[in-house]
Amino acid sequence: MFIEEADAKALIAAGGIPTPVGIVASSPFEAAAAVEAAGGSVMVKAQVPAGKRGKSGGIVAADTPADASAAAERLLGSQLGEHRVDRVLIEQRVDIAAELYVAIMVDPASAGPLLMISAQGGMDIEEVHAETPDAVHMTTIDIQNGLGADLAIAAAGSVTSSPQVQGQLAGLLVTLYGLFRQLDAQLIEINPLAITADDQVIALDCKLVVDDNALFRQGELPEQRPTGTELELRAAEQDFLFVELDGDVGVLANGAGLTMSTMDAVAAHGGRPANFLEVGGMAYKRATPALSLVLANPSVKSLLVNLCGAYARTDVIAEGLIKGWQELNPDMSVSFCIHGTGEDRAQQLVRDELGIEPHDSMDDAVKAAIAAAKVAS
Amino acid sequence: MISLFGEDPQRILVQGVTGSEGTYWTEQMLAYGSNVVAGCTPGKGGQAVSGVPVYSTVADALDKHGVDTSVIFVPARFAKGAAIEAIEAGVPNVIVLAEFVPVHDTMEILAVARRAEARVIGPNCPGIVFPGRDFIGIMPGWSPRLFSPGRIGVVSRSGSLGALVNLNLVSAGLGQSAFLGLGGDPIVGTTFAHALTMFEADAQTDAIVLLGEVGGPMEEEAAEHLATITKPVIAFIAGKNAPEGKKMGHAGALVSGGKGTAASKMSALSEAGASVADTPSQIVDLVKERLTR
Repeated sequence: MFIEEADAKALIAAGGIPTPVGIVASSPFEAAAAVEAAGGSVMVKAQVPAGKRGKSGGIVAADTPADASAAAERLLGSQLGEHRVDRVLIEQRVDIAAELYVAIMVDPASAGPLLMISAQGGMDIEEVHAETPDAVHMTTIDIQNGLGADLAIAAAGSVTSSPQVQGQLAGLLVTLYGLFRQLDAQLIEINPLAITADDQVIALDCKLVVDDNALFRQGELPEQRPTGTELELRAAEQDFLFVELDGDVGVLANGAGLTMSTMDAVAAHGGRPANFLEVGGMAYKRATPALSLVLANPSVKSLLVNLCGAYARTDVIAEGLIKGWQELNPDMSVSFCIHGTGEDRAQQLVRDELGIEPHDSMDDAVKAAIAAAKVAS
Repeated sequence: MISLFGEDPQRILVQGVTGSEGTYWTEQMLAYGSNVVAGCTPGKGGQAVSGVPVYSTVADALDKHGVDTSVIFVPARFAKGAAIEAIEAGVPNVIVLAEFVPVHDTMEILAVARRAEARVIGPNCPGIVFPGRDFIGIMPGWSPRLFSPGRIGVVSRSGSLGALVNLNLVSAGLGQSAFLGLGGDPIVGTTFAHALTMFEADAQTDAIVLLGEVGGPMEEEAAEHLATITKPVIAFIAGKNAPEGKKMGHAGALVSGGKGTAASKMSALSEAGASVADTPSQIVDLVKERLTR
């Protein structure tokens, strides 16, 4: 789950990371009123669950309540990337002497936490690393030992020679690592982390992504607005893994790998998949609501069902699909390919109940679904 | 570290054996001939499941039985405790099946395993099948459509794609030495690189089928590792049409910041000498071609 900047900053500030004074506003009036409390000179920052806001005009400087009100007026309700701006953060402007980059993330390559720090803050760190790999200092962390003072001091020493700043920074890194663990973060990134003219470190931005699988033990998190299309949100409410695409062939398969491969096969044969939706794993008993999700997309002109059961029983999925198909009675063609656990009964059910002969080969089923979509559109 | 591809059938411990999934799959494993020697559920010591004695702790089970592999059927939020209990008690191989294990828990499990030199497979994986011998986990090892004793080693992040490719192999008269499901999480204990080494060392395996998907660096790592592998490797990557920034069912199947794309994985593997299939149906032909080369 992506935690928007204002909420992420409140969390790290409560955990002991210095942040500028900030006030959330959801109207130009509130924005103007917040300016004085935030110190007179402020940044007005659009709150959306995505990065790179500066590049897309989502961060504006303001020196008076009128400026802030005007900036908020322009940002609120506007579209930044794929997200609508509902709130702005009015934040105290800081005198910056230097900008650092700091992040702690879950690193698949080392199967543990990774600390990244660079003196080139405020930039796109991917670009910095691609151009000058030495400019990014990386520390792999043994999760059983945590981030010890020695590692933190070494990391801090790679970006500053001032002993005063180094000590503060090392302390901040240890605190940040504690927050990374406590919040079940996949990523906690501060870019930039400013060093002020009077040698104080302060977090000017914060990107926080919390592991969805750990939300059950993260009860205190501020509520975030859900992201995705209307259908994706409806699917998420029903605990389906659903991604809406722009094609016309509805895809239903079991398991993530098979569903992705089925989408790829549709594209490889010249068709366009309309969605990713898997009815595998624990979802295999819920094929009826899965079918209504796929068919709720008005772009879908034909349906492709590709099942290869292992853990998931194809006969149970077929039963659910047939029930849904008979209830909804959609005016479109459906092609099946069914193999694996329960295939004999599943194929027979499709023949008996729908009068359709399942294809033996996945490629044939894919081609039939594409052809049917072309005819229907 | 003990190789999972030993000659002898694995002596298996089932953690969470008294739950409905644990009991069902224990019965299936026993029926196929898997050597399930003990089960474990806290507080249920003294019971039995299909004749398999149940112990309250892994240590109690190990007092009475030798165990090569523990397979963990407990729900995601208890997986860390169960896995670490098994590793600390001295079980050399641990298979974590649960989906939705918090990734910080996985990192902790793997840190404990590294110190104990234990192997972890998963989380979010379907387990392992040795056709004609035994299986451990939730793949229907008994299905003659999917599995047949043979000489192809199959390793897959996804159970369902693994099932499809196994079906195609068996339909074409090619059987498997083993099927290994690595799991769909961003971090898993056993990677493609590990699996390649295991299959390379396995006398029963002539060729290796690697089934990857978008997201993460595991396929690129495997490509770097291919220089040490002498057996033919045939690869397929799922998710060419996965949009950026969307999780494709698996928590680990995520293209982000232009990284982890199918194209990058396919070219890395191809340049390193693997035969890379464009569609799952091409895999069988490529396997046959590499075996007769």
